[in-house]
Amino acid sequence: MNDTNPMLEMRGVGKWYGDFCALYDVNLKLQRAERMVICGPSGSGKSTVIRCVNRLEEHQAGQILLDGVELTEDTRNIERVRREVGMVFQHFNLFPHLSILDNLTLGPIRNLKMPKKEARELALHYLERVRIAEQAGKYPGEMSGGQQQRVAIARALCMKPKLMLFDEPTSALDPEMISGVLDVMVELAGDGMTMICVTHEMGFAREVADTMVFMDRGEIVEVGPPSEFFNNPTSDRARLFLSQILSHH
Amino acid sequence: MDHAAHSEVEPVSRKRPPRKSLLLTRKSPLIDIAQLIAFVGVLVWLILAGAQAMEYNWQWYRVDRYIYRIIDGEFIPGPLLRGLGVTIEITFYSMIITLVISLATALLRLSGSVSGRLVATVYLEAIRNTPLLIQLFLFYFVLAPIIGIDRFWAGVLCLAFFEGSFGAEIIRAGLQSVPRGQYEAADAIGLTRRDRLRFIILPQAIPLILPPMTGLVISLIKHSAILSVIAVAELTTQGLDLISETFMAFEIWFTVGAIYLVITVSLSLLVSWIEHRAAIGR
Ligand SMILES: Nc1ncnc2c1ncn2[C@@H]1O[C@H](COP(=O)(O)OP(=O)(O)O)[C@@H](O)[C@H]1O
Ligand SMILES: [Mg+2]
Repeated sequence: MNDTNPMLEMRGVGKWYGDFCALYDVNLKLQRAERMVICGPSGSGKSTVIRCVNRLEEHQAGQILLDGVELTEDTRNIERVRREVGMVFQHFNLFPHLSILDNLTLGPIRNLKMPKKEARELALHYLERVRIAEQAGKYPGEMSGGQQQRVAIARALCMKPKLMLFDEPTSALDPEMISGVLDVMVELAGDGMTMICVTHEMGFAREVADTMVFMDRGEIVEVGPPSEFFNNPTSDRARLFLSQILSHH
Repeated sequence: MDHAAHSEVEPVSRKRPPRKSLLLTRKSPLIDIAQLIAFVGVLVWLILAGAQAMEYNWQWYRVDRYIYRIIDGEFIPGPLLRGLGVTIEITFYSMIITLVISLATALLRLSGSVSGRLVATVYLEAIRNTPLLIQLFLFYFVLAPIIGIDRFWAGVLCLAFFEGSFGAEIIRAGLQSVPRGQYEAADAIGLTRRDRLRFIILPQAIPLILPPMTGLVISLIKHSAILSVIAVAELTTQGLDLISETFMAFEIWFTVGAIYLVITVSLSLLVSWIEHRAAIGR
């Protein structure tokens, strides 16, 4: 694709679970190397937005364009999206029956048809970057939550994605584990990775985000640079949310 | 201080209270054994008394030749052992077909396809709500002549379809007990549906599926006795034939029952041993 396309564009995206409207008229644009942080109260549709981007959920209205190509239900289209978009889950979702190394190499070997040896080297490279290279032979159950989440980040990176999605990557972690994961994410942002991160870590957002998105009840209420969003939010809902979350920290 | 005051009122012992058996609370295993002996004794006495009342002529000494004989140092299996061989053969083939049917049905039931779900549901309801004997007659008298198979394969297929309806539910429960996040993570790294099943879901479901599946093998062995109705030469058929020849109904039925018991109990023991090993391996 040509470089003038935004990495991701959402136009009037809507999503319903039965009659319940989880997303309504969501419009977003994400440029290459842009870092976007989405925040908002629980149940506001943050997860749903990013799950629509890699089609873990299907949107029912509007368009989602990834690198200029619209997401459709065509399986080849879905395969492409899954290759180009990496996802990190709140609860890590590592494969418990596979070693750390196998967790990382499975995608490249099966999806990218990469030779085993090359996949192994790639996996070790990324494990090194998330600082757990010595534990490649372990199983997820033998690691702390923070380590597991860093493995999950490495697993997503092994697919060499153009866009990384993070869904509250630190909210299931013990407090002392959080900074290790955030460090890895900051580093990734520094390397120019395009990313969307759902998080309540406002320190991280201030440091890394180019764009803050605030959602409430399935709608985007505010979009803007963090300096504006944190210092003078325009909506009452965002003000209320910020006062709650910042007083808490 | 506070603690001391409290313990004066009600002294708390740090020793673990004795374990209680969940089923029966009894003091000595001797009582258990005594009860077992009494129970078996009464049972044996009832049988012997009954046999005596009908003037039954016990001829246990004639039974062993129907299990096996040794002629000129050569081991010759008798009708009962040969019957057991056929029973095992039936169980083996039926179980393989049962697994295929179970997996296919479970996947259809979980699939998004309406017609697939309908086929699976009709199959499950039909098998579960009709007697096994009628199914056997349908397979033997209707299906077998149409597709040209003999009584052995008609029986094997019938049993496989019957047990498959239970196997499908076992596999479905196993697949559903793998958390949704595992499916999503597999999708997120771009695995195809097939790879997702093969590398992520089945490896996690199989340890859960295995124990109830062995239960299914055991019921398969027991249910295979019904093939005596269509004269497949398995263990029960051999027993029936022997009794009509020798009139030793008590001895033969006890022996046949004991052979089934030995096979099924050793299978259960094997499974619990494997489970135990797997649990240690974790
Ligand atoms: N699979 C689903 N079925 C029905 N409702 C759902 C489902 N997933 C999410 N929802 C609903 O959609 C809304 C948005 O959910 P979500 O995107 O997970 O919110 P957030 O991540 O902001 O907490 C919530 O009200 C949630 O209850
Ligand atoms: Mg969420």
